[in-house]
Amino acid sequence: MKILVCLKQVPHQDARLDIDGAGTWIKEDGIKFEINSYDTFALEEALRIKDAGEAEVVVVSIGPDRVTQALRTALGMGADRAIHVKDAEIDGSDTLGIAKVLAAVAKEESPDLVLMGLMSDDGNASAVPPMMAELMGVPSATAVMKATPEGDGYRCERELEGGALEVVDLAKPCLIAVQSGLNQVRYASLKGIMAAKKKPMDTKSAGDLGLSGVVGAAGAKAQIEKIYAPVRGEGAEIIEGSTDEVVTQLVGKIKELGLL
Amino acid sequence: MFEGVDFMLLDEELADEEILARDTVRNWVTQEFMPVIQEHVRKDGSFPMELVPGIAELGLFGANLHGYGCAGMSNVGYGLVMQELERGDSGLRSFASVQGSLCMYPIHAFGSEAQKEKYLPAMAAGESIGCFGLTEPDFGSFAQGMRTKAVRKGDGWILNGTKRWITNGSLAHVSIVWAQTEEGVRGFLIDRGTPGFEARDIKGKFSLRGSVTSELFLQDVELSEENRLPEAKGMKGPLSCLTQARYGIAWGVIGAAMACFDEVVEYSRERIVQGGPLASKQLTQAKLADMFTEITKAQLLAHRLGRLKDEGKLHHTMVSMAKRNNVDIALQVARVSRDLLGANGIVDDYQAMRHMVNLETVRTYEGTHDIHTLILGEHITKMRAL
Repeated sequence: MKILVCLKQVPHQDARLDIDGAGTWIKEDGIKFEINSYDTFALEEALRIKDAGEAEVVVVSIGPDRVTQALRTALGMGADRAIHVKDAEIDGSDTLGIAKVLAAVAKEESPDLVLMGLMSDDGNASAVPPMMAELMGVPSATAVMKATPEGDGYRCERELEGGALEVVDLAKPCLIAVQSGLNQVRYASLKGIMAAKKKPMDTKSAGDLGLSGVVGAAGAKAQIEKIYAPVRGEGAEIIEGSTDEVVTQLVGKIKELGLL
Repeated sequence: MFEGVDFMLLDEELADEEILARDTVRNWVTQEFMPVIQEHVRKDGSFPMELVPGIAELGLFGANLHGYGCAGMSNVGYGLVMQELERGDSGLRSFASVQGSLCMYPIHAFGSEAQKEKYLPAMAAGESIGCFGLTEPDFGSFAQGMRTKAVRKGDGWILNGTKRWITNGSLAHVSIVWAQTEEGVRGFLIDRGTPGFEARDIKGKFSLRGSVTSELFLQDVELSEENRLPEAKGMKGPLSCLTQARYGIAWGVIGAAMACFDEVVEYSRERIVQGGPLASKQLTQAKLADMFTEITKAQLLAHRLGRLKDEGKLHHTMVSMAKRNNVDIALQVARVSRDLLGANGIVDDYQAMRHMVNLETVRTYEGTHDIHTLILGEHITKMRAL
């Protein structure tokens, strides 16, 4: 059994974010990064499968040198091997570009199961997991709250709107994108961190994965146009008084504006 | 988010695993320890024992020891762990210091193979808690004057005496007790429940309320020769343990200082005084600049000390300088932080005063500030001061 866990390194949830000069991303200098919280639940799920039986857990992440810290953390928590996809050519990829890179890694690794978070804390697109599954040609489920081995695959409980759950059966190989909170994520132990020093971490480029010229800004169908802080609106008025007074005044204002 | 101080870019000098260890413990303290410490300190003055399995799982007990279930971290990595624990509370770091440096270390250094096998893995796993009995009611700094006696009886020993100010005394499954014998000072391992041995807690502490402090009573405690640490001979035994623990303190108190500094910087930015933020006042900035500088100097001292320890070049007088200086500046940082917080600094919604009163104990234990002054004085002059 081989499990591939896709990790994204994102700015720390409490980091103070400033927009960069181009206005299309944030300034990354001097801020702390962490593993995308949704992905930590995916990693924990993989490690639990490993703890319960025999499985090799391979973690993969795309990004610059800082990403190795996320991978080392995952190795410290118990993953067996790491793949760092590092290539400036991948910069500016849209979600499809990222899905292509991850699918190419998955093709090389042929895992029985791919686990990842259902979205990232920074991009919030929720697009990569289904795209990756499509590119791999495997069944997938998103927003998974519980995955239990069932026959030759997994029975997944998906969270739907309004608290409803949907049950889907996936045959292996498959991809499961987990919702946050489905387990209690462990900490890396000092022993694990020391052992991680000896665990292999491979570095791969777009070329190594046969994706040269396919991914990156050039191949992106979606590009970030602009990032900006919400503009503070003007003209808001707070109406104070008893309920009756407030209602009378509010109705008066609406009539004044000719909306009623 | 607590980020600590790194003005001199010391992170660039750290190995990946040292940063990872520090950040992991930092997260753990934020998520698991900070939410519970206030209640333990406020209500009954107890250690959050429910966190012990988690601390053990992280591998924080005896983290710089090798083998027997220990992590085998570098001494700088170990120091950073102590720093992060004391960022939470000096009581938390004390718990780990006593377990690792004062109990696991002497068993590791002076114990028989059987003793190591029996105690170390269980202590690393947090299943067995240890305490260290050296200080007595009448003998603190002058520990060699101890009255606790061990007398040979047949193949074994009989111990009598009292030990006081013993961290984790009543929690301990095994106590390392130092006693006078005809051959000099020797160390003994006393398991909980041994007849004639009793631990009672010291109540009414203003300081280290998140830690248990006890008195140990030994009345005709019969031990076998297997309970004695075979390689510990003379005061060198307990003193070498103290060097280990003092090393951890030199790092730990930087954490307490950074906790206070972090809190007061944020507070002073937001607190409006006479039309502007407290942080915009010259007197405030002078105080913050001093704190920032002293924390940075303490970090440089600890870092170099750690690397020397890794290289086997550490002398105990160097540890004395670092313990003395770093505790002193941490206490200053805590006091000035408390001052800047104004009346808010009096209540336990803010950390400064908790750290401040804790650090009064840290200044006294493991060699008082004045004793370390005299150790340095003797090192400089080659004369023992009278």
